[in-house]
Amino acid sequence: MEIARHWRLKQQRYGLVGEVCPHCDYKIFPPRDICPNCGNEARTQYTFSGKGEIFSYTTIYEAPTGYDSNAPYTVAIVKLTEGPMITAQLTDLGEQPVEIGMPVEMVTRKIRNDGDERGVIVYGYKFRPVMGA
Amino acid sequence: MTNSSETTSNTLLKPNKPVGIVGYGAYVPRYRLPAREVARVWTGGKGGLPIKEKAVPGLDEDVISMSIEAARNAMARAQINPMELRAVWVGSESHPYAVKPSSTLVAEAIGAVPNTQAADWEFACKAGTEALVAAMGLVGSGMARYAMAIGMDTAQGKPGDALEYTAGAGGAAYIVGPAEESMAVINSSYSYVTDTPDFWRRENQKYPEHGMRFTGEPAYFKHITEAATALMQASGTKASDYKWAAFHQPNSKFPQRVAGMLGFSLEQIAPSLLVPVIGNTYAGAALIGLTGILDIAQPGDRILMVSFGSGAGSDAFDIVVTDKLLDAQGRATKTQEYISRRTEIDYATYARYRGKLQMK
Amino acid sequence: MKEIVISGIGQTAAGEQWEISLRDLAYQAIKQALDDSGGLKPQALFVGNMLSLNLSNQAHLGGLLADYAGLTGIEAVTLEAAGASGGAALRQGYLAIASGLVDTALVVGVEKFTDKIGTDVEAALASGMDSDYEAMQGLTPVAQAAFLMQRYIYEYKVPADGFAGFALTAHANGAGNKFAMYQKAIKPETYARAEKVCDPLNLFDAAPLADGAAALILTRRDLIPQKYSHPLISIAGMGSSTDTLALHDRQDLLSFQAAKIATTQALKRAGISPEQIDLFEYHDAFSIYAALSLEAAGFAKRGLGWQLAADGSIGLKGKIPCATMGGLKARGFTGGASGIYQAIEAALQLRGSAGRNQVENPQHALIQSLGGPASTAVSFVLKKTS
Repeated sequence: MEIARHWRLKQQRYGLVGEVCPHCDYKIFPPRDICPNCGNEARTQYTFSGKGEIFSYTTIYEAPTGYDSNAPYTVAIVKLTEGPMITAQLTDLGEQPVEIGMPVEMVTRKIRNDGDERGVIVYGYKFRPVMGA
Repeated sequence: MTNSSETTSNTLLKPNKPVGIVGYGAYVPRYRLPAREVARVWTGGKGGLPIKEKAVPGLDEDVISMSIEAARNAMARAQINPMELRAVWVGSESHPYAVKPSSTLVAEAIGAVPNTQAADWEFACKAGTEALVAAMGLVGSGMARYAMAIGMDTAQGKPGDALEYTAGAGGAAYIVGPAEESMAVINSSYSYVTDTPDFWRRENQKYPEHGMRFTGEPAYFKHITEAATALMQASGTKASDYKWAAFHQPNSKFPQRVAGMLGFSLEQIAPSLLVPVIGNTYAGAALIGLTGILDIAQPGDRILMVSFGSGAGSDAFDIVVTDKLLDAQGRATKTQEYISRRTEIDYATYARYRGKLQMK
Repeated sequence: MKEIVISGIGQTAAGEQWEISLRDLAYQAIKQALDDSGGLKPQALFVGNMLSLNLSNQAHLGGLLADYAGLTGIEAVTLEAAGASGGAALRQGYLAIASGLVDTALVVGVEKFTDKIGTDVEAALASGMDSDYEAMQGLTPVAQAAFLMQRYIYEYKVPADGFAGFALTAHANGAGNKFAMYQKAIKPETYARAEKVCDPLNLFDAAPLADGAAALILTRRDLIPQKYSHPLISIAGMGSSTDTLALHDRQDLLSFQAAKIATTQALKRAGISPEQIDLFEYHDAFSIYAALSLEAAGFAKRGLGWQLAADGSIGLKGKIPCATMGGLKARGFTGGASGIYQAIEAALQLRGSAGRNQVENPQHALIQSLGGPASTAVSFVLKKTS
């Protein structure tokens, strides 16, 4: 079980909490101590809107342990509106085809069990096609 | 011996400070299982169908993830600072954990931690309205400015059981706050409970048991009519004073019949009657019905909402829409938008999604 | 600087070696390399391995392999940089000798995939990515490569069979390598019909996982025994670089920056230009990696790497022969052994011992060992010395 490891990241996982660099205004996700843009120290919290678009995607049929019960599933690199890109599963696709440039939004979903069904459920971000509102 | 059900105006649950709904949000998952699919598998297609289809959660959904989305919708409509929420309460009979609150995770996800109450509520299908009454008390007493109450379920039905046709998934979140900030003022509520064993699930049992026809007259109809009648008598109102009504809805028939018993027309319950297309969302049922109304209601509309929870009891609410509702309606996904986002699945996919396949 | 040469090479067959353990596999390669080097005694062992901790529950390979090779007492450590572990170990061997502290070094790359089966292997492979932000999302290295391929096809309008040449070339060359996992050429129809593993990436766009071990003896040129019979191969240039571990963190995903830097360094140290390279052993764990590696090494302009495969330029008689003994695609992806296999295959070419796969009179070979999507890159220029 990796309880502490997942718990430590809950703000990133549930709320896309990253950072904005106080020196160059670069938006950073995941948070890190050094701004990847200007190299200065960056520690100012910044919550991303959760909106973005598909940069690239594929579907996984042979999944690693812990994810196999959900296969097949689609994963994507999502370019967030604020700039950074993240890797995430897509969900609620139904029969909707996925394409590069498709607008998506963040939702919080079950990612996996920590260990087996006796372990804690790890929740985190996934993205789905943007809904009406 | 005095008559304990005698009602006077002081029996209403009415807080010192007037309160209302400052935010609301619904959630319905994407997948739909038509009732005819259940009939195809279990009865050879024979027999009447209690609903058209029910909403089924995806593999990565549960009461926690669904509550988070409804809560986010409520926050989008309320436009308040999440740190001002002093309670996040989740009512459900399908909490993912036997021990570990759903509510703390929901509170964390919407940024309401740590200066907040968090608790999971259980009272069969009225766990959500139970939390709503408590939120009225917390805000109405002045202890909190805002409190969130959620009713959400991924309902269980034993394969082949009558409940399997209807046991759906969905619910709604409400933020209670001061009446002057509200999009709908809650004038008062009234709760009516007795010990009536119409439906239950024992510890460690996967599926609930129910009393079949016993769930009707002595349970659902008795408690809803008693609660509604008491609330209306004490409030000096009659059915025609309400533009809309929302009742707990375990199937298509019951809410329509109880509406008739209380003098409400089918038009009055039409926007809230969602069970035919999403199924019985248990702790979410009356509350999501109310979102169907709030999505289309106009200032001045008066609404009666009555929940029912097995075991048994009902909470009735007397609600009046304010002019703040119109701006708020479009700030989040509407209930009908969730309903029209629909992917039909067959029984086999449903069995997989709901973990009904024996894997070991 | 002293000239450092590859004096001994040894490799096992790549593939599913159910009956051979990790330690025995490594020893087979070590034994061959020691024999091939004409009796040189190494003072240090550098092991390239990627996943023995996950796949065989075995850490501490330095001690284990030195012990089982009968070399107890010598210095021995493991180098890990995912798929570039072999390249990293080779570089470490070079540095040890170049520093003057070691005369002769043994470098062995070994990977034992088949000690675990099924989803556990996928999970182990995923551990080479960003665990918190890639693997946590259920991503696999294959899917990560598919991201690159999907975007590459989208940006450069590559036709459906645009990547076929990489697999066709690799399998044609694998047919001439008795150590290769697959020793049979494939037809274009076979590629076209292949199942999509991670759309648009098909079964032939991904190298198969293979158990394998490969070993090298490195030494100073002046220590080569009198009776040494092979043409001498020296390490003429070398470079190593890193990029972001997570693919999504890159400013420019379709450029293998680390590979570019490492290769530029290696060419510069060797004092040659890309045109002087006679063969290129790239890290074709995925055909998209091969295309991006060709671009990073300067053999093709951005977005045009795939055309070198399509037009036959990477064939044995082409402008820049690649994967001359089958590459990772046909020889098999041997994990942390891959970089050592590459060095051996390049050495065989430079020695003129590549059999029916022999490239005509090569003088310089470039090898490029990658960890993940060039999150680590280690490049070498090998040179036939007179």
